[in-house]
Amino acid sequence: MALLQIAEPGQSAAPHEHRLAAGIDLGTTNSLVATVRSGRAETLPDEQGNHLLPSVVRYTDEGVVVGEAARRAATSDPLNTIASAKRLIGRGVGDIKSLGDGLPYEFVEQESAVPRIRTRAGDLSPVEVSAEILRVLASRAEATLGGELSGVVITVPAYFDDAQRQATKDAARLAGLRVFRLLNEPTAAAVAYGLDREADGIHAIYDLGGGTFDISILRLHKGVFEVMATGGDSALGGDDFDRMVAQWIMDQAGIADDAGHVTLRTLMQQAREAKEALTEAGSVALTVELPGGGQWRGELDRDTFDELVDPLIRKTIGACRRALRDAGITAGEVREVVMVGGSTRVPRVRERVGEFFGRPVLADIDPDRVVAVGAAIQADVLAGNKPEDELLLLDVIPLSLGLETMGGLVEKIIPRNTTIPVARAQEFTTFKDGQTAMAVHVVQGERELVADCRSLARFELRGIPPMVAGAARIRVTFRVDADGLLNVEAEELSRGVKAEVTVKPSYGLTDDEIAGMLRASFEHAEEDMAARQLAESRVEGERVIEALRAALAADGDELLNAGERDRIDAALEKLVAAVAGDDPRAIEREMKQVEKTCEFYVERRMNTSIRQAMAGKRLDEF
Amino acid sequence: MFDLSRNHFELFGLPVDFIVDGDALAERYRELQRVVHPDRYASASDQEQRLALQQATQVNEAYETLKDPVKRAQYLLGLKGIDMDAQQETTRDTAFLMEQLQLREELENARNADDPEAVLDELMGRIGTMIRTLVAQMAIQFEEGTPEQLEAARESVRKMQFLNKLHAEAEALEAELEEQL
Repeated sequence: MALLQIAEPGQSAAPHEHRLAAGIDLGTTNSLVATVRSGRAETLPDEQGNHLLPSVVRYTDEGVVVGEAARRAATSDPLNTIASAKRLIGRGVGDIKSLGDGLPYEFVEQESAVPRIRTRAGDLSPVEVSAEILRVLASRAEATLGGELSGVVITVPAYFDDAQRQATKDAARLAGLRVFRLLNEPTAAAVAYGLDREADGIHAIYDLGGGTFDISILRLHKGVFEVMATGGDSALGGDDFDRMVAQWIMDQAGIADDAGHVTLRTLMQQAREAKEALTEAGSVALTVELPGGGQWRGELDRDTFDELVDPLIRKTIGACRRALRDAGITAGEVREVVMVGGSTRVPRVRERVGEFFGRPVLADIDPDRVVAVGAAIQADVLAGNKPEDELLLLDVIPLSLGLETMGGLVEKIIPRNTTIPVARAQEFTTFKDGQTAMAVHVVQGERELVADCRSLARFELRGIPPMVAGAARIRVTFRVDADGLLNVEAEELSRGVKAEVTVKPSYGLTDDEIAGMLRASFEHAEEDMAARQLAESRVEGERVIEALRAALAADGDELLNAGERDRIDAALEKLVAAVAGDDPRAIEREMKQVEKTCEFYVERRMNTSIRQAMAGKRLDEF
Repeated sequence: MFDLSRNHFELFGLPVDFIVDGDALAERYRELQRVVHPDRYASASDQEQRLALQQATQVNEAYETLKDPVKRAQYLLGLKGIDMDAQQETTRDTAFLMEQLQLREELENARNADDPEAVLDELMGRIGTMIRTLVAQMAIQFEEGTPEQLEAARESVRKMQFLNKLHAEAEALEAELEEQL
């Protein structure tokens, strides 16, 4: 039986309302949603009892179908059935071409930097497709929990770049979800394993999903998860295993590479089934319908399969080696190796990874569910349901961030594996006499040439006072927040001319595009938009009120004098009144007013907490 | 505002000194992040979230600086009124520079050696020893703290930059060789 909680006198007296929160694992092949109920994190099933939702979206004349029913139609209706949208999200048209012929969709070339897939429901971006999956999972959680979600944690591969992260967040925005945090998948798995409880030390998380591979090296110390290094390949996963097997079948059966969408889909499906069967069986019989009529019969044994996938596994081991080097440790220092992702069911993967680290691998939590479970635990913490919880995640950026300099070279500003949040600045100068503008090109990657890195954004700083070459001082500042998202600012120091961008344009949807999609998703656009705006403002306003009341109850008497307290109380009351009304602009206005009035108080509180955290430490030190 | 007048050492509650207790530093770092990390404010007001972001960023910055001997030395020199422009300054010690050239040549040749890994291993070991010797020297130079000794520490920083760069290049070559396996 759960014990009732009684607050200590002077502590937060406001009864804490349990906020509903969920963790979502938005996977390449399958997606899941999990939540913490009565202290336990569990994945949630649909009405039929299935926990896994195939990440497949089908557009029919009757509407959108997501999940198993869509997956079953993939072969019969390939052009309107989008699987593996995660492989496309945040990528440009050029990337998609290089992903190969494995993608049987019709891509539309157009002005936007984001590729669109031509379907019966129109030309759709991978962001919109992913939003459909998120919507289904969120409503599953809301139906199970019986209320509206206050926010979600969505997991992303640790190796996702800025554009892919931004696109994932955009998908959540389209689905109408508030994202507490984007969380790296291996970090989520580490949380789920509850490694904090008993196992301080260094751990490796090997995460091989349907379309992505991540390796993370973490140090755990009394509930703090410090990511030391991360690496991987955001386009390598179980799908590639299937492709190797499908290619082998085609070679054996004499099927041409251009056999058509339906044949390719069928082969991929058969390849996947063969791979799964080989987890238990030593060999599997295959019967393939040939496109020109007739059948091919054959057999695939475990040894042949292992040979087919070995080059892929070798690539993942190379990434493990790099991650260890970046972390500055050897394989022997790793205490446990945790396996995550459906593809780690392949026995050969476990064998090779175990060999590399020199110890048997851990796989006791279902590798399909472990990421969602970890995300749910973190969502519960971020929702504020566990104020005293010790859990803290300190994550890193996976790929170096830099700028293009003269000659197409990259100047790295923030190296990979730097702990976030982080800000770094570097000064640049002009190249020509009288130069008054500077083009800033932001890139991500490890290579020295711009052409080999990922282009994230371009912007211009104008209005530089004309000077001789090399005399101007332009400071460029990179800021990466706790979601791993980048913001760049350029400033000319003598005149203070500024330019700033939240990085997204190169491969992202513009704000206008997202607004358009949001509008399109409402039938009676205007009324619904207004209603939605009011609802959103109210939620925001209530959040501010609740947070402020809790703060005042905790330390308002100690930190504020009577005059200060009166001013804050007055602003708070006005906001309470506005929230009770139905004018979203009034709510916004009063929220701003509260923020302004409380500025000094918020800072005072935080500095007090820091002093408290450090108090008592110095005595024993000196 | 977050108390910007406090230097990194004060923020971590550590004495202003080149010698830093690594365990204490890591411990303080985790304690500070427990208080300021944005995850602690995920449900708080936008204002608190911004402030937390700013402070967590600064705590990370301070930790990065204090953790690394070269950055720490540079920062400490700055506190003592010696601002170095690390990117521009270089040592004039010709004997040291000659030695660097030779090490570089050895690194170049390692690639084509019969057993490149072994050659590289030995070379990285030697560079590591040189780095450790320099760090030990810096500890003494800061301990003495006279203007001459601080200038000597500045010179040590310049030399450390050479060695760190060389070590990074050796690591890159090691990685490249491993990839070819």
